[in-house]
Amino acid sequence: MAQLKTGSRLRSAVCTTEAMVIAAPGGDVEVTCGGVPMIDVAEQPPEGLSISPDAAKGTALGKRYVSEAGDLELLCTKPGEGSLGVGGALLTLKEAKPLPSSD
Amino acid sequence: MNLMMLLEMAASGFGERVAVQSDKASLTYSELFAAAGAAAAEISKSGCERMAVLDVSSLAVPIGLFASAWAGVPFVPLNYRLTGVELEGLVTQIAPSYLVTDAERVEGLARLPDTTVAVREAFLEQATTGQAGEATWSMDPDDIAILLFTSGTTGAPKAAVLRHKHLVSYILGSVEFGSASAEEAALVSVPPYHVAGIAVIASSVYAGRRIVQLPKFTPEGWLDSARSERVTNAFLVPTMLARIVDTAADTGGVALPQLRALSYGGGKMPQAVIEKAMKLFPATDFTQAYGLTETSSTITLLGPEEHREAAASDDPKIRRRLISVGRALPSVELQIRDEEGNILGPDERGEICVRGEQVSGEYLGRGASLDRDGWFLTRDGGWMDAEGYVFVEGRVDDVIVRGGENMSPGEIEDVLLEHDAVADAAVVGIPDEQWGEAVAAVVVTQTGRSVSEQELQAWVKNRLRSSRTPQRIEFRDELPYNELGKLLRRKVRSELIGDTS
Repeated sequence: MAQLKTGSRLRSAVCTTEAMVIAAPGGDVEVTCGGVPMIDVAEQPPEGLSISPDAAKGTALGKRYVSEAGDLELLCTKPGEGSLGVGGALLTLKEAKPLPSSD
Repeated sequence: MNLMMLLEMAASGFGERVAVQSDKASLTYSELFAAAGAAAAEISKSGCERMAVLDVSSLAVPIGLFASAWAGVPFVPLNYRLTGVELEGLVTQIAPSYLVTDAERVEGLARLPDTTVAVREAFLEQATTGQAGEATWSMDPDDIAILLFTSGTTGAPKAAVLRHKHLVSYILGSVEFGSASAEEAALVSVPPYHVAGIAVIASSVYAGRRIVQLPKFTPEGWLDSARSERVTNAFLVPTMLARIVDTAADTGGVALPQLRALSYGGGKMPQAVIEKAMKLFPATDFTQAYGLTETSSTITLLGPEEHREAAASDDPKIRRRLISVGRALPSVELQIRDEEGNILGPDERGEICVRGEQVSGEYLGRGASLDRDGWFLTRDGGWMDAEGYVFVEGRVDDVIVRGGENMSPGEIEDVLLEHDAVADAAVVGIPDEQWGEAVAAVVVTQTGRSVSEQELQAWVKNRLRSSRTPQRIEFRDELPYNELGKLLRRKVRSELIGDTS
């Protein structure tokens, strides 16, 4: 468990997923991928862990995922087989609200 | 956060697409990524602390931008229109630097101390054939991404500081990853030393939209490239659009059926020009963007639907939105404040203030100029209507104070421009013994038309308060603009004052 900061990067301990924090609630938050706590992007994952079948829908490059409360938002910077989650619930895909191109 | 993260995602998501095209040469996203890595290795080897590009729009610009991000040094696009002495001053200021430029300039710059100069062609050769170091870059969001020397219409150039967190936040807040379809192409005719010339690289890369570089803007060249490259998107400053509209009218109209979206910004768009452009390209979506260098480009947008609704409306309150800059981006907060810092209500004139992750407000060596709550005071004057549409009326510093009454030149200029004999107008304050400052105007008449000073004075007096009526109106063949269409108000003023002495 750790305080999440906007801009910090996490990697999955069980698949190739990497994500950047776009928004985070205050206080300690445990983000999971594939049902297993994510780790700092610079850390090496412990061995012997595997994706939970309940969290195996995968992540897609460039998509944003939000918690039900909307206070946690992650951007997938590398896709993988696990699904992102927090507090035992999976994050859901955030629908894009495209702005007209301005430059 | 680092700009390289955006390119890495693009290279991994759609690496085989063409990222950027310059004349006959092009690079895919994977090739751009590899070139950035090889150039970064070279930059690091030179021991420089900044990487500068003194060039027109060429492949060296996107490679240099991302290579700097990879190497962890600020990228400094320099204005190739500056004179030798001015340039030497800037290059000295950013030393020790690695500087890429064209063959003609190399000799003059290579003798400057602590400056490693590379010719563009050699730089590109090394970047496209060399070896990249390890694909790791600093993810410190506070690292400086870009130093942009501002245009200096108000004095000596100063360098705006944009950090990685500002630019990445701007892109993440306004562009959806991979949202461009494979055939989309953006024609880039703004120079790389303008914030829009940098923003377009980052946003096109993240969207997956091919960049087509047009190094030297002419209306004919722009129309040719738009046609032959099947361009779907383009950004223009108002003077460029005005020249395109005129050229197209002279040649009996042009068809650009592929052109889906035209955005414009970087100066005041005359209502007549945008109305003509919308008629000329009826199938094109028009978007106006307003932003400043210090805000990482766009902070407000007037979108395509809003353009159409305003142009079709008989309600003057809706129709006038065509000359508004639209509403704040969802990721940006905007307020109008008075001189004491109080927040003003709808339709009240004051200073435009913004806050958001993309807002820097920092100048090199002077620190950030945000207030303690994180707001940036833009020094742009304007007002916001009840629906949040923002109307920009020029720099606060240009406000005329006549006998204690503040008046904005933009408001008086708009009224002058409504007269059908007036093609262009600039209003400035000139010293006045009785009032402190007096209102003066310089007017350009429409070809073949004339109008008297008295008639224009009566025109303004009938529409605004008599105190806002220019006590002096002079006629000229043209007004002084810089190369990007920014009115050089100081020049107008100094010419007028010179005339009286």
